[in-house]
Amino acid sequence: MSKTLIEKIWDSHTVVDEGNGRSLLYVDRHLVHEVTSPQAFDGLRANKRKVRRTDLTFATMDHNVPTSNRSLPIVDQTSAMQVKALEKNCKEFGIELFDMNSPNQGIVHVIGPELGITLPGTTIVCGDSHTSTHGAFGALAFGIGTSDVEHVLATQCIWMEKPKTFEIRVEGKRKNPHTITAKDIILSIIRRIGTAGGTGTAFEYRGEAISDLSMEQRMTICNMSIEGGARAGLIAPDKKTFDYLRGRRYVPENYDKLVEYWEENLKTDSNARFDKSFTLHVDDIAPQVSWGTNPAMTVDVTGKVPFPDEYAKGNIEEEKAATKALQYMGLKPGTLVTEIELDRVFIGSCTNSRLEDLTEAAKVVKGKKVSSKIRAMIVPGSQHVKKQAEELSLDKIFKDAGFEWRESGCSMCLGMNPDILAAGERCASTSNRNFEGRQGAGGRTHLVSPVMAAAAAIEGHFVDVRELDLN
Amino acid sequence: MEPFKKISSIATPLDKVNVDTDQIIPKQFLKLIQKTGFGQYLFYDWRYEKDGTPRKDFVLNDSKYKNSKILLTRSNFGCGSSREHAAWALLDFGFKVVISTSFADIFFNNCFKNGILPIKVDEHILQKLFESKSEIEIDLEKQTIRNNDVNVSFHIEPHWKKILLEGLDDIAITLNYDDKISKYENVNRTSNPRAF
Repeated sequence: MSKTLIEKIWDSHTVVDEGNGRSLLYVDRHLVHEVTSPQAFDGLRANKRKVRRTDLTFATMDHNVPTSNRSLPIVDQTSAMQVKALEKNCKEFGIELFDMNSPNQGIVHVIGPELGITLPGTTIVCGDSHTSTHGAFGALAFGIGTSDVEHVLATQCIWMEKPKTFEIRVEGKRKNPHTITAKDIILSIIRRIGTAGGTGTAFEYRGEAISDLSMEQRMTICNMSIEGGARAGLIAPDKKTFDYLRGRRYVPENYDKLVEYWEENLKTDSNARFDKSFTLHVDDIAPQVSWGTNPAMTVDVTGKVPFPDEYAKGNIEEEKAATKALQYMGLKPGTLVTEIELDRVFIGSCTNSRLEDLTEAAKVVKGKKVSSKIRAMIVPGSQHVKKQAEELSLDKIFKDAGFEWRESGCSMCLGMNPDILAAGERCASTSNRNFEGRQGAGGRTHLVSPVMAAAAAIEGHFVDVRELDLN
Repeated sequence: MEPFKKISSIATPLDKVNVDTDQIIPKQFLKLIQKTGFGQYLFYDWRYEKDGTPRKDFVLNDSKYKNSKILLTRSNFGCGSSREHAAWALLDFGFKVVISTSFADIFFNNCFKNGILPIKVDEHILQKLFESKSEIEIDLEKQTIRNNDVNVSFHIEPHWKKILLEGLDDIAITLNYDDKISKYENVNRTSNPRAF
């Protein structure tokens, strides 16, 4: 029978099939971080349970960690407590931990691929909704709650309802891949299917425009699957995938044999059927800017902040939500996006903090100065990204322009550490969520690509990066 | 987990779509390392002014709903972050049931794991419940929602029903399959090139 890649990975990981769509799946990789794990470890202790497969479990600290001087103690006592709890739990249960001082530390979804922990055809879970990122390597990867973290620690398995399969075809050629980025593609998709468009499904991204993307760009796309409502989103692995992973630290020794197996097995059969399908043509898409309080509330940079009824297209509830979003965002309908003035710029997060993101942003910034009214910050996704960027002197380009150059972590994507917006501050952010208060209570987030954020930092307002000379 | 049988309560109407888990429990409260005590922070930024005084216009601050165990809300409730703290906060505050037309997948799952019953109903039923002021009875055994204005049944997957009704520990259930898990591990690690 013809199968999609999602179904193939599902079937090859089924330990128990209840026959009603629900299966017990084996988990190949479990990634753990400090925020969603302490209660899971407490549960294990209370029931005298062990971690079944410490060799398949990896931990790091990313959400809470300060991005300023790492040699100083964490000022926030509750953050410090969570970080300490993870250290203690990993030690007690025998889990490998990349702690704050490890050269491998970083955002969990940046370090997984970087260290070769993420592999094609695997199942990967983590107590974080952006686990979908790892789908870029042809893995079935999804976020789970803390109860499931405990369940996976204890059993190395997870009960799942089989998701419906949702084909997202991305066709055509971008006019300039330096200005129309992976971020613009995924925001364009979410804008069209809505934040609940993928509920109950897993995405498979396919098509010419997906094949054209680098691995880092594919990660940006898969990362935001959850913003379209899908728990997982994946891309069939190809030569780029295999080349990216070869030689990385945790890649198995029989790598070439694995590649042969992956090449043969990890693709959707030509006549396999998807439950749903959507196609985006990228030939004419523009850089995207979110204006509201969810990622579907997004327009072209050449566009205007919409009127609620225009956005809601007859849906009364959505219209109310849009009215409220405009009020929260302090925006008037009809305002040109390029006239929106900013206070802060954040380049970072599991969506856009990898080397290529920083390299592209640096091209915009080189030789220029950050607008005097803007505070701008670069937070590399991992210590490795930071080191590589410094070897390329990107840090110098950013610092000379007036950007803050930080240590790696989740930082202002969700502001659990000291990096937050003040109430009313407006930020161009390369992160994934523009929810109310996400970057700080009362803070206003506009989601954009790294080049759009970099250009906004220079000008003090949004600009259409297609007008810059970027090649 | 406490078994869930039947509850009767008036419902708290939260008339919003796409309520994300960042709103249910803002990030500054994710730093606790236990599962209890989150109720006081539920919907914090909507519930309180900056100085910490309760906002009069927010429904959770309306004394009418003080002992409500049922939350009514619009579509795509619980979207965004996987934080189970959202379920812990709802439960700790006193909600045992959330009724909507749709839920985000991870949140939906997290509810069952904590003894909260999330119920999906059709739009017109939800609207009736929003308009109705009378107490609602939720009977999990019979799978019914009843009050003066509404009398409908709802769907729940049989395994979740069993887990909720009996308050079961699902890890213990899974460990009954230990031989199957071991077999899967052994087969995969010896004969499959996927082995790692």
